[in-house]
Amino acid sequence: MTEKRIRVLVAKPGLDGHDRGAKVIARALRDAGMEVIYSGLRQTPEQIVAAALQEDVDVVAMSILSGAHNHLFPKVVELLKENNAGDILVIGGGVIPDMDIPFLKENGIAEIFTPGTPTATTVEFIKNNVKV
Amino acid sequence: MFDKNKVEKIAGKKGEWEKGPVAKALARGKERKESFLTSSGIPVERLYTPAEIADFDYEANLGLPGHYPFTRGVQPTMYRGRFWTMRQYAGFATAEESNKRYKYLLEQGQTGLSVAFDLPTQIGYDSDDAIAQGEIGKVGVAIDSLADMETLFSGIPLDKVSTSMTINAPASVLLAMYIAVGEKQGVSADKLNGTIQNDILKEYSARGTYIYPPAPSMRLITNIFEFCASHVPNWNTISISGYHIREAGSTAAQEVAFTLADGIAYVEAAIKAGLDVDSFAGRLSFFFNAHNDLLEEVAKFRAARRIWAKLMKERFGAKDPRSWMLRFHTQTGGSTLTAQQPDNNIVRVAIQTLAAVLGGTQSLHTNSKDEALALPTEESVRIALRTQQIVAYESGVCDTVDPLAGSYYVESLTNSLEQKAMEYIEKIDKMGGAVKAIEQGYVQKEIADSSYAYQKEVEAGRSVVVGLNKFQVKEKPVEGLLRVDPSVGEGQVKKLQAMKAARDNVAVQNKLVELKKAAGTEANLMPYILDAVRVYCTEGEICNVMREVFGEYRPVEIL
Repeated sequence: MTEKRIRVLVAKPGLDGHDRGAKVIARALRDAGMEVIYSGLRQTPEQIVAAALQEDVDVVAMSILSGAHNHLFPKVVELLKENNAGDILVIGGGVIPDMDIPFLKENGIAEIFTPGTPTATTVEFIKNNVKV
Repeated sequence: MFDKNKVEKIAGKKGEWEKGPVAKALARGKERKESFLTSSGIPVERLYTPAEIADFDYEANLGLPGHYPFTRGVQPTMYRGRFWTMRQYAGFATAEESNKRYKYLLEQGQTGLSVAFDLPTQIGYDSDDAIAQGEIGKVGVAIDSLADMETLFSGIPLDKVSTSMTINAPASVLLAMYIAVGEKQGVSADKLNGTIQNDILKEYSARGTYIYPPAPSMRLITNIFEFCASHVPNWNTISISGYHIREAGSTAAQEVAFTLADGIAYVEAAIKAGLDVDSFAGRLSFFFNAHNDLLEEVAKFRAARRIWAKLMKERFGAKDPRSWMLRFHTQTGGSTLTAQQPDNNIVRVAIQTLAAVLGGTQSLHTNSKDEALALPTEESVRIALRTQQIVAYESGVCDTVDPLAGSYYVESLTNSLEQKAMEYIEKIDKMGGAVKAIEQGYVQKEIADSSYAYQKEVEAGRSVVVGLNKFQVKEKPVEGLLRVDPSVGEGQVKKLQAMKAARDNVAVQNKLVELKKAAGTEANLMPYILDAVRVYCTEGEICNVMREVFGEYRPVEIL
């Protein structure tokens, strides 16, 4: 019997157009055997949650470099909870100051992966924390 | 240029040297890597001699500075005459804050202004638009209307500075605002000096702040070329960019190729719109990255100049020598800087500054050490500016033109980069040009493939990033980073609402209606946008009118 593959939505919330990191993560997760959907740019929290539900993902991985993370990340978590999808593992990365990480974790982001983190670290975290 | 017999002799001696002393050295210990390659995959030989550039022809390959094909530089005296413009990209929070930063930078010796706008402004949204929440003032200054623009340049005489504005999809609007600020200062448009980035193609392929689809975007761009040719003749109407393409992960050869392919598309569009090539080509400018591999970067800049000169003269038949000249701004590569041991970034930026200067840039922005973490503080941007000043005044490299010319390695690399870049350009030509190549996802895939390949090199340790995957320390959190307070957003919204209440809203509506009508015709939109801006139509209002007529770009997502 084949193991169910972890499904991940890699998303770019807000107006930030830097997608190098998101694309690298998406590819690394695919190489690690996960099924990855990439949302593309300019996603609102509503659009991210709709895609997460439609694609029945286990993980939402958001990338943001514009400084709008404190506003946008918690909104996604809130909407997932409202839609009974609170089990989805939510992680983030990008340009996120260390001092903002506690706030984000309090608001439901399981982990933040800051610049320089090896992709293997992200892969391991997902495998160890996803609720499949 | 080299004597054929002498070259053969040298090649022979090199062969003996490889079999002799080199083989002995290799027997004692292998070289550091299996193969040495530049970022573009060009093999780097152990040694370069005249034999490696046997067909070198000074006249044809290099020429003299300020002469076709401009390999050695676009001006005859280069930095002996005048240093490059030291132009630090800056802007954050409110127009007042940013105005303060511009004055600080000018006091500290920078010689040109460069405006960073926030994301809502870059994408044609006002601060009171729901989509702007959380983003106002974060990556640049929030500009909603001419009122903000007047504050931004308060106390800065526009006939005494040149200003570069990093604005693309709504470039027409910000250019109009700049012209209107000039008017209020009593400076006529023909006295204005500056640049708008105005390069939509790289937005589609690498940067992401597009609004409209390609056809109407090209219309706006060619409208600007035409308008400026007669009204703002000292303005660089576009900054055709490779910086962002490189930052997105491309190689040096791809950076040149995709930039120049975009340039070809703009020239073709303008000619198709009925403009004579020499009427606009002299005001095209470029924007490149200054990355780590110093010698490849120098070769890259020289190759870019040579390729563009040939394209403009031979492919487009431009007659005015100014049309053949590739003039460029450079920014040191942000993506090369680390969050780990950030002081090391000062060293990286110094090397990259040298690359840009030895490559003959006309203008330069140097990144600050906290680049991976936040926008720069006054202290960190000052060090970045000092880096330029130290290279300019203390290093000696500015005292002669194109000092690395004639280096067997640099000339070989220049040739290789030209060759590799032309292969990509020819491929894109066969696809029907840059617009088609982007619509098919070709450019994006090339960039993403290079980016992923590099990531694997770093994670495997084959590519060393000091402090990141080698020579690490236990990091302490960095203190004193710049932060943009959320209250900035609230304040900006209030200011905007007050401005809207106080302006002549009848005039506003009239101008928007006229703009919408004109957008549906073949008219040049600049006069209409100027009229709208003068009565304090907001940027969002103007852009939304154009959204109604042009529609919005729908990207095709390729992983």
